[in-house]
Amino acid sequence: MPDLPEPVRSLGRRGFLAGAVAVGAGAALAACTSNTPPPAAAPAPAGGNTAAAPAAPGRPVTIGFSAPAADHGWIAAIAANAQAEAAKYPDVTYAPVNPTNDITQQIAAIDTLINQKVDALVILPNDGSQLTSQGTKAMQAGIPVVNLDRIFDSPLAYRTWIGGDNYGMGVSAGNYIGTQLKQRNVANPIIGEIAGIDSLPLTQERSRGFKDALATYGFSVGPRQAADFTAQGGQRVTANLLQAAPRLDAVWNHDDDQGIGVLAAIQQAGRSEFFMVGGAGSANAMRAIQADNTVLKATVTYPPTMAGSAVALARLIAQGRGMSDLVEQEVPASITLASATVTKENVAQYLPLGFES
Amino acid sequence: MTANDRQAEAVVTPPVPPAAEQDRVETEGARADRPSALARVLDTGVGRNLGLVAVLVVLCVIGVSTADTFATTSNLLTILTSASIIGVITVGVTVVIIGGGIDLSVGKVMALASVWATTVATQSYGPAVMVFCALAVGAGCGLVNGVLIAYGRIVPFIVTLAMLISAQGLAERISGKRSQIVTDPTIAAIATTRVLGIPLLVYIFAAVVAVGWVLLNRTTFGRRTFAIGGNPEAARLAGLHVRRHTVLLYVISGLCAGIAAIMIASLTTTGSSTHGTLYELDAIAAVIIGGTLLTGGRGTLIGSILGVLVFTTITNLFILNNLATEVQNIAKGLIIVAAVLFQSRARRADT
Repeated sequence: MPDLPEPVRSLGRRGFLAGAVAVGAGAALAACTSNTPPPAAAPAPAGGNTAAAPAAPGRPVTIGFSAPAADHGWIAAIAANAQAEAAKYPDVTYAPVNPTNDITQQIAAIDTLINQKVDALVILPNDGSQLTSQGTKAMQAGIPVVNLDRIFDSPLAYRTWIGGDNYGMGVSAGNYIGTQLKQRNVANPIIGEIAGIDSLPLTQERSRGFKDALATYGFSVGPRQAADFTAQGGQRVTANLLQAAPRLDAVWNHDDDQGIGVLAAIQQAGRSEFFMVGGAGSANAMRAIQADNTVLKATVTYPPTMAGSAVALARLIAQGRGMSDLVEQEVPASITLASATVTKENVAQYLPLGFES
Repeated sequence: MTANDRQAEAVVTPPVPPAAEQDRVETEGARADRPSALARVLDTGVGRNLGLVAVLVVLCVIGVSTADTFATTSNLLTILTSASIIGVITVGVTVVIIGGGIDLSVGKVMALASVWATTVATQSYGPAVMVFCALAVGAGCGLVNGVLIAYGRIVPFIVTLAMLISAQGLAERISGKRSQIVTDPTIAAIATTRVLGIPLLVYIFAAVVAVGWVLLNRTTFGRRTFAIGGNPEAARLAGLHVRRHTVLLYVISGLCAGIAAIMIASLTTTGSSTHGTLYELDAIAAVIIGGTLLTGGRGTLIGSILGVLVFTTITNLFILNNLATEVQNIAKGLIIVAAVLFQSRARRADT
């Protein structure tokens, strides 16, 4: 069918004006993409234990690093921490591969690192089970693997595992809330819980720890809803949950990223009769705790600085050294980080480790 | 609204004769009013959305009987506020679908606009520039969609899917995958401001719906949209500028996403690339259970809004009763099917 041309309009002036508006708008928009903070507020590089000076240099090693693509602040902080730690050692050549959320791409990326014959590998898998075979493959090729956080199915797939403690995070939150409520002599408190994604084992672990810890105080969880680790989900769930519970005594929110939305909803509802505990330990949450002008009074950490520690461990393993303060000649096979409770009292100490969400 | 819904529908039901002149197409509605008084009464907007109204009533009855706090003013306002953002998006999607297209990119265009409007640089210029940025980014994405569809002759599904993916990527790129906190007090205040006890966001929602309704039902633009959605070839032969009109429809949808971006930035106090995930499906689901044909040419804005309200009320209801997310999702699926079944039964009984 022939395509009949539409009648040609007098494009002249109107077209010119429209074009000019479009160009102007485009230029204005392009100027707006910068995210560099003004010089006064110094950009806080995520994490990095500034106090500890790197140990004596050993033989030069290359450390490969593979992690998921950052879709939220915590993962972004993982990559930043690994990079920052590696930069501290003159004897470390840091070889990160392009982060990806695709399992097959991560498998290919790890293959590349194995073929490069790096001296050690740090792997935060997208899915521990699905990448176990890659870990085993690297180990069989003689490359020690430091498994970061999401654990492989088989101990044969890694030399050392280092990661956070989701159950412990729930316990820390439960203990803080339990102690506070006991101190205030609240009988039959109503304790809310805003979880992350319920289908994830890590969320189930956190909730189990929280429930178990509260039980030791004789308390139980009241209204409980799962958001989705996003500010938007946190806002939506919390706005509705606050309607469900006209009175609350305490709330634990699993994740500080979604906590931005949770806090927004609480402020929009004008509620302040309860206190809240966060999770993960973002810099935003810590600043709010420090300022002490919201219901957020504490957060329990799940520190992304573990990526820096993983790189440090990989270096020691590759150089055949142990951890200097331990008696053993080798790096331990498994390290579980403790979940710290950050409150107004100790926030200054933890703020440099907080990640920008 | 009823008379105009009728008009709108009438434009497309009879196949427009190929030789019809432009004004004949546009005045078709007036003549179609004549057939039968009874049909007219039954074929009103409310009549056609009877199924949805019934579902909403049932939900409210369940709400009142299972949760003490359901029928409170603050809870109803919470439902309306929750509905406001997806509602604004749905207005744009409804317009596009009635015009015979589809827009899958709305959620991520909103995310991109929210990110663009909340960068450190944009925020340093103040609230007016932030709002401008969000609207311009939204409308700009819509323009790209529209031009590619109308002049590039690519299927809307593909174009807007590509836009969804690239808008997501660009939003992540600009934000560095972080949540950008809104520090501007004016924008942050939008979500907390109440006028006569009703949140400002609800007014914005109502205003967008009102403008959308007038546009669809009281203007030449609206009649052309129905005509083009119903039979683009006939509309073209009748002298309508089909391609230019199609571009405008996508710009409207993008603009709605831009408005929603400011609202969500205010409500969550952040701009983030994670905003709006799966909003396109929520919006399309609301449009469809609202009785709009996916093939275009027929539909009502009010139905779509009722659809949005049904979904938001379900979420509220489940959280009030402290039910787990998976149960909510199962129930949502069932309710979508039930609503559409009920709807088509009610419609068949009408005719």
